[in-house]
Amino acid sequence: MTAPPRPLGQAAGQVRARLAERLRTAWLLLREFSGERAYEIYLEHHHRHHPGEPVMSEREFWRHHIDSRDRNPRATCC
Amino acid sequence: MSTPTADPAPATAAPPPRRRMTPKQIAVWGAVSLIGAVSWAVIALIRGEEISAAWLVFAAVASYAIAYRFYARFIAYRVLRVDDTRATPAERLDNGVDYHPTDRRVLFGHHFAAIAGAGPLVGPVLAAQMGYLPGTLWIIVGVIFAGAVQDMVVLFFSMRRGGRSLGQMAREEIGPVGGAAALVAVLAIMIILLAVLALVVVNALKGSPWGTFSIAMTIPIALFMGFYLRYLRPGRVVETSAIGVALLLLAIVGGGWVAESALADTFTLSGEALVIALVVYGFVASVLPVWMLLAPRDYLSAFMKVGVVVLLAAAILLAWPTVRTEAFTDFAFNGQGPVFAGSLFPFVFIIIACGALSGFHSLISSGTTPKMIMKESQIRVIGYGGMLTESFVAIMALVAACIIDPGLYFAMNMPGPALGPTLESASAAVTNLGFTITPDQLAAAARSVEEATLVGRSGGAPTLAVGMSEILSDIFGGDAFKAFWYHFAIMFEALFILTTVDAGTRVGRFMLQDTVGNVWKKAGDVSWKPGVYAASAIVVAAWGYFLWVGVRDPLGGINQLFPLFGIANQLLAAIALTVCTTLLIKSGRAKWAWVTIVPLTWDVVVTLTASWQKVFSDDPKVGFFAQREQFQAALDAGKTSLGTAKTPDEMRQVVLNTTVDGVLAAFFAVLVIIVLVDAARVWIKALRAGGTLPTHEDPYVKSTTWAPSGLVATAEERQIMKERAHEEAGAPS
Repeated sequence: MTAPPRPLGQAAGQVRARLAERLRTAWLLLREFSGERAYEIYLEHHHRHHPGEPVMSEREFWRHHIDSRDRNPRATCC
Repeated sequence: MSTPTADPAPATAAPPPRRRMTPKQIAVWGAVSLIGAVSWAVIALIRGEEISAAWLVFAAVASYAIAYRFYARFIAYRVLRVDDTRATPAERLDNGVDYHPTDRRVLFGHHFAAIAGAGPLVGPVLAAQMGYLPGTLWIIVGVIFAGAVQDMVVLFFSMRRGGRSLGQMAREEIGPVGGAAALVAVLAIMIILLAVLALVVVNALKGSPWGTFSIAMTIPIALFMGFYLRYLRPGRVVETSAIGVALLLLAIVGGGWVAESALADTFTLSGEALVIALVVYGFVASVLPVWMLLAPRDYLSAFMKVGVVVLLAAAILLAWPTVRTEAFTDFAFNGQGPVFAGSLFPFVFIIIACGALSGFHSLISSGTTPKMIMKESQIRVIGYGGMLTESFVAIMALVAACIIDPGLYFAMNMPGPALGPTLESASAAVTNLGFTITPDQLAAAARSVEEATLVGRSGGAPTLAVGMSEILSDIFGGDAFKAFWYHFAIMFEALFILTTVDAGTRVGRFMLQDTVGNVWKKAGDVSWKPGVYAASAIVVAAWGYFLWVGVRDPLGGINQLFPLFGIANQLLAAIALTVCTTLLIKSGRAKWAWVTIVPLTWDVVVTLTASWQKVFSDDPKVGFFAQREQFQAALDAGKTSLGTAKTPDEMRQVVLNTTVDGVLAAFFAVLVIIVLVDAARVWIKALRAGGTLPTHEDPYVKSTTWAPSGLVATAEERQIMKERAHEEAGAPS
């Protein structure tokens, strides 16, 4: 034991912070997997590539987003 | 469409990361190899005593790990030469919709949910009639050298071509003939696939009020979710899915109440009634707007899929069930198996497609996934890793089929007409095969899952459900929960299948409209309602025909249709592997082309042998035309019954069915040969031209982004991530 002992509270705080970070990432991935982040992705894309142009409202976007699948069917496998 | 360009100089490709393994890594991989070797020794060598299913799982996982670490890496860096400095289509063409750089973990989930459905759950169950070893061997060896290779290589080449589909690549890189054959094959396979999957559902639901009620409830649940997402809470997908899953579980429990109530008769349907219901459903679902039914169904099945796979893996690892089937049954060699006819070679390799090698995946690997991939090196985890995961699902399905009493397995999976009307006749039929199960045991098995009977429930889904309910109830809930878990398993398989029926009918409709649109423009307009209705009706009628015939088949439908489906699926794999081989040769990588030529050769040998036997075999159990002649001769001789066909009408039915099936088997084989010959012409041309020909690869564009390669970032990658985050924070653009 050569390393200086750290205060216990600080170590626990770090563990908690790291755990919270992991959970946040997991939640983000779950939302993205489910497709829930589609509007956020659209906004990010729009701000980066077409700044200043008007954006669709959330309701408008979701309608457009889901209806686009009427024209582009996606096969799922067996 | 891009013009042919020569491959960019390999100098732009990043050198494969070649590092010596550390002693710790050597120790870890040594241990993994040892576990794999011991597991394989146990499952291959131990005879005469029952082994634990854990050995199958260990053998699979250890083999997958070694294949992923060494073979997939070799293919990615040496053969394909993935280049992370090159911008992927997602980065170059980012439009925030279909082209969009997606986190590799999310994309892995999407890709897996798109490739894996009921297929890997059904094939292994049917193949279990030959014992556990043939299926296990093919699933593991097949995925490593064929299935996962196909998925990854197709993904790579499509990614280098802006996400082009397999049909487009076949046309551009082989020629119009190969391309047209590929397109026809895709449409034909889709029809057979939909019919077979729908038949699985019908066999699972006929005469089962509990199952029928639960599945019927998925329609109002999906509609509710659709309206909720459209009008009440747009965009709240996780919340809506959580409500949907809760309602789904309630529907399963509710099915149990309905089965014991006065409503039971309403939900007790015959096979024919279910076919009509499914055909009507398929038509309506494919013309309704996506938001009402298909989108919410997709959300539900994606969550259920991942959830159930994890649940089953956990249960198998906790319960350590014992395998009760032999390593090989006699049916592996004599070809007289009741579940499907034909001997081990080639039919195990036909029956187990999904999980080992599935041509259908090439449609997902070209098209949707390549447009979302962030970095070229990620094809290894998404293409190869995704397929390994599906293979693992297939192993679990095999385990579930092998832990149930072999007597019960055959009583469930023999064709209904061979089993006769009573438990006694079924018991006698099973005894005839050399297995034993008493009528009392059959009654008890049905009672334990609260079904009227389990006899003749072929199609794989009910067998898997019985196996799953044994494993799951061992861990969660005990015997009292057996019926719940059984119907839970039926429900989740039927959920996938109905989603596939809905989406597949739609895809078929688009392909049909697109094709007809070439000659009659109006028909190609996907917003012209009469065209939409007509095309949907044609597609539904096509698979509905095979479904109807399958349900009424006097010889048992699934054992006739499933081999045809397997042949069709493996044929598509042959086309995909041919396209891959062509591209490897044309891009000057002929010396590495064995990576796809080896699985291609195997696949072609298997498919053509199976087609040959199905068309030309003298054994009426195997050959469609031999069977046709047998029944025709009997009819000509004035007989009124033959085998399980009890009336002249049924005999005429057999004559018609076998004709259609035989013609289809021959047609599929001809298609493969056309594509192969056309491709071989291109191979020779390329080799004569000095080893390269121009391909339609997109030109090199330098990437400006960075992302880790594997599912979990390595320590090194985390360091780079930190540095990049630091740089960005230091110099905001």
